[in-house]
Amino acid sequence: MSDGILQGVKDKALPVLAVVALIILGWYALSVALNWAQVSERLVKDGGAPGVADIVKGTWSMERPVLPSPDQVAVEFAKTTFGVKVTAKKSLVYHATVTASATLVSFALGALLGILLAIGIVHVQTLDRSLMPWVIASQTVPILAIAPMIIVVLGNIGITGLVPKSIISMYLCFFPVTIGMVKGLRSPDPMELDLMRSYNASQAQVFWKLRLPASVPFLFASLKVAVAISLTGAIVGELPTGASAGLGARLLSGSYYGQTVQIWSALFMAAILGATLVYGIGGIERLVLGRAGQSASARS
Amino acid sequence: MTNRQPHPFLMSVLAGGLLLAITVYGFHGIGVAEAAATVPSPGWVTILILAATAAAWWLLGNLSALKGWPLLSIIVPAVFGLSLLLGWEFICRGYGVPKVLLPAPSQVWDAFFRELPTLIGDFRQTFMKAVIAGFALGNVLGLATALIVDRVPFLQLGLLPLGNMVSAVPVIGIAPIMVMWFGFGWESKTAVIVFMIFFPMLVNALAGLNAADAMQRDLMRSYAAGYWATLFKLRLPAALPFLFNALKINSTLALIGAIVAEFFGSPISGMGFRISVEVARMNVDVVWATIAVAALAGSLSYGLIALLERRLTSWHASFRTRS
Repeated sequence: MSDGILQGVKDKALPVLAVVALIILGWYALSVALNWAQVSERLVKDGGAPGVADIVKGTWSMERPVLPSPDQVAVEFAKTTFGVKVTAKKSLVYHATVTASATLVSFALGALLGILLAIGIVHVQTLDRSLMPWVIASQTVPILAIAPMIIVVLGNIGITGLVPKSIISMYLCFFPVTIGMVKGLRSPDPMELDLMRSYNASQAQVFWKLRLPASVPFLFASLKVAVAISLTGAIVGELPTGASAGLGARLLSGSYYGQTVQIWSALFMAAILGATLVYGIGGIERLVLGRAGQSASARS
Repeated sequence: MTNRQPHPFLMSVLAGGLLLAITVYGFHGIGVAEAAATVPSPGWVTILILAATAAAWWLLGNLSALKGWPLLSIIVPAVFGLSLLLGWEFICRGYGVPKVLLPAPSQVWDAFFRELPTLIGDFRQTFMKAVIAGFALGNVLGLATALIVDRVPFLQLGLLPLGNMVSAVPVIGIAPIMVMWFGFGWESKTAVIVFMIFFPMLVNALAGLNAADAMQRDLMRSYAAGYWATLFKLRLPAALPFLFNALKINSTLALIGAIVAEFFGSPISGMGFRISVEVARMNVDVVWATIAVAALAGSLSYGLIALLERRLTSWHASFRTRS
């Protein structure tokens, strides 16, 4: 039994680790290539004829490299994550918390709005005919682009902080939830609906006992998409100059001052945050679907 | 519920007439107040908006109940959209909402035509250069990588979980780095787009290449078809629905990537540049006009891809059942 698990881990993890190792090696090589010109120039300026080994070593330890080496990023990441107090302005955990709180608030609101809208669309013919096409069309509008504007405009009338950021992310993430839920609430087939009718079930009963349970796998599939979008929205919402905290502000200040190492470590924090959120929802999904007797991959 | 109404068509005409009358009356009242450089009384505006909402809802309900009319699937949402615009206009002008906060649609319309040359210049810079180049390059790279990965099972096991993980990562964050590497020009935006759309294409293409089932592959083998013949005659056509799914996702991502990347630095034109500059100058109407251009460009490219999909994958179940 444990042999089987070990074999499974070996089969699954080995290729992933190999590819990751390949990426890291390629990264080191790329950072040599991209930083080469600057380092060799500086070493020559300092006098002396640097050997290849000196330059390569130099490319991996520059202060403001074009591409920092993975260990530089790892050191900066560790320093700003574990090395400073969590509440300090320099702490990456602090910035991640700011972004995460905006993401979660907006995600909750957006998901709720999306679900309510989907229920309306499924039950009211007028909404279905008039609103649904717009929900689909709105997916093609690059709404994220107006995020900074909303921040600035709301800032002008005195609304700052969590609310404007959340409004954008909420707007972004309720569309996938609506579309997924409409699909899910309509997923019971005619036979199942007929059965409910033969029980003389009311519309509310059909909703609570058939439509809603049937829509849960669809809901989770779209929640995963929504939380990722919500995070992107929160980060882009932090880009305008007003924001001083959050991963987006960290990216922007890094890009102003040429602190590439800072940008990369913020990027990794964002990636970890995104993965955590999505896998967290995946975990809840397995829990809920397991209790409902469905497997996670049954329908989606 | 709504289809129990007696004469949907007659009622539609009636509701439409009512909505039209309210609209004309409302604009007249607002116009009179604006001519006197004041705003109408808030109570009157509230009643106006409520009445217009009720009339629009009645109209939409009756229109939705119509059956067998051509173009109905376009008319109903169009009426809905126009009603929203009307409400927006009434709210902005009726309550005298400051332009800096939210311009009325008519002001955006004016700004659109006033700034048309600038907007066209921005569109050229952002869409024609960065978006099209990045979209083409990213999709081709994604598909090519998928074809290579497909031939090497080890890579497939290693790269697919990573590809799925990237979907949870805000890739847009690489924008400042790309701007540092490739400069302020359109090349950096193209690079951001390539990074953003590469993985959706890769993941979808890999799923698509596995879409042809074993029986169909066996048939190809029994024809003695080689790898390339099987690829072009069976597996790529079977993958088309997946590829189009990726193309649709990517068309929106590409536009977002280009605009957001411009926030980190751009030459003095471009849609992202225009948005950030005009926000700073409080010309919010120009910002909305730029957004309208972006929305139009996004919807048109999405529509074009959807049209192409319909042409090329008319055999697929999702289209077959509709006719």
